[in-house]
Amino acid sequence: MKRPSAFALVANQTRYEWRIFWRTPISAFFTIFFPLLIFVVFSLVFGNERIDYLGITTAQFYAPSLAVFSAVSATYTNISISTAYQRDEGILKRVRGTPLPAWIYFVGKILSSIAIAVIGTLIMIGVGIVFFGLQVYPETIPTLLVVFFVGVAAFAALGLLVAALAPSGPGATAIANATLLPLAFVSGVFIIPSEDMPTWLNAVANFFPLKHFVEPFVAAFSPAATRSSFSWLDLGYLVLWGVVSLILAIRSFRWEPPTGGGGGRSRRASAKSA
Amino acid sequence: MAVVTVANLTKRYGDSEAVAGIDFTIEEGEVFALLGPNGAGKTTTVEILEGYRDRTAGDVDVLGYDPAGNARAFKEQIGVVLQESSVERDLTVREAIDTYGRVYPKRLVTGDLIDIVGLGEKADARVKTLSGGQKRRLEVALGIVGDPDLIFLDEPTTGFDPSARRQAWEMISNLSTLGKTILLTTHYMDEAQNLADRVAVINNGLIVAEGTPDTLGGRETAHTTIRFSLAEASIGDLPLAPTLVEGPVVEYRTDEPTAVLHTLTGWAVGRRVALEGLTVARPSLEDVYLELTDGEER
Repeated sequence: MKRPSAFALVANQTRYEWRIFWRTPISAFFTIFFPLLIFVVFSLVFGNERIDYLGITTAQFYAPSLAVFSAVSATYTNISISTAYQRDEGILKRVRGTPLPAWIYFVGKILSSIAIAVIGTLIMIGVGIVFFGLQVYPETIPTLLVVFFVGVAAFAALGLLVAALAPSGPGATAIANATLLPLAFVSGVFIIPSEDMPTWLNAVANFFPLKHFVEPFVAAFSPAATRSSFSWLDLGYLVLWGVVSLILAIRSFRWEPPTGGGGGRSRRASAKSA
Repeated sequence: MAVVTVANLTKRYGDSEAVAGIDFTIEEGEVFALLGPNGAGKTTTVEILEGYRDRTAGDVDVLGYDPAGNARAFKEQIGVVLQESSVERDLTVREAIDTYGRVYPKRLVTGDLIDIVGLGEKADARVKTLSGGQKRRLEVALGIVGDPDLIFLDEPTTGFDPSARRQAWEMISNLSTLGKTILLTTHYMDEAQNLADRVAVINNGLIVAEGTPDTLGGRETAHTTIRFSLAEASIGDLPLAPTLVEGPVVEYRTDEPTAVLHTLTGWAVGRRVALEGLTVARPSLEDVYLELTDGEER
């Protein structure tokens, strides 16, 4: 009688989360297809012209920025919503009744969502290269990889935190979307904020991690980019957000449905009052 | 050997006492039922034994562990079927069993398990296409996939139609023949009667009776009730004084039903009168249960 190894358990959990994701068409649509659609539409609507003040083409900006949006959807949005729904349905409670260590459960979720983020990003970049003349500069690839994996890990942790704090599945959906979309606008994902953006709004953008993910990632696609354009400050800030989110998520994580599990308590209350 | 030992178990939520000091033991291989109305404290008790809840006071030993420690080795030896939960809708039956099975050191073969719970035809169907009864049987499969020594079944057939319930009972009996120890909660008397070796009736957080389904609440020693109707004019002539007379209805409560019945029927035949609607009854488990729980649910 031998306990399964941690590696086998992580693989099992990752495959499980991966499978569930692809079998939920709505999540696959919003994570992979929707950002791609925006990319194609923007590139066609704006024309793939050189944007004067950036010195690059439309695709050269939108392919990486929307790749980040896709990666954040795959991690932050996906983890927060799916985990909260699994809690509502009592699935987390069942998992808690098995010998599976909690950390392996979390790692499986994070790895699966990162794998999905990789797929979404590769598709976006691939479509950019094939159809919109996107240029990738080989000397910036190490920077891209570091920024990407630190970014998605941080947003996966943040997704776990939202799942931990959200009251329910619909609540998590509302929180995830109501935070990501406005933030994407002020953080330079859909548009480059104008120089006249109010200072306080700029401060908001600087406080949250999205800008620190998308800016260095987009910068690495600029013709002017070199390996030295690597930003330790942005990277450190993402790590900080990730670590703090993970700690808070683990400390506040709940495994049982909002009613306290099984409805025993609420039923008892009504029986007493009857 | 006792698999579960509970002594003076108490659980308080604020001012209310969900479990108010209960004691019981479950022996190896036994099917033990906690029978009680909704809100009696059944689920709270079971969830303490499963490691989901802390207790306020009392001693609990499950398979040599204190469940509050949530040790991995403890979880490897128990099987939990929760009262309200669901299985991932988009997995197939086989995938769900494989996924959950892989976390245990020993596990039942997926194909065998699918047969045990009677889902052979649905093995490759998505969970969302299963009926309520089939889903519940899948949940039982997930609870026992790790080949546990002790199985917790929290209201396994609530909401079932009669045929689904029969199938579930058959499955649970099969588990019992495999030598598993089972702790079952239910608010159905017939379920406890059919499945359990021993029953504890729990009400308002207290165990109010404990025994085999046949002896519960002193059933085996309780008075037998003999009842019939007779023309009121003849009642005064009866050879034995009735316990109760209500209009034409006559009732005897006796510990010697054979002799009483012999006297009464002999008298009736001799007089050529009929004992209309004659019944001889011992209290059913339901009578005992309702008396013990005082119709608390209503």
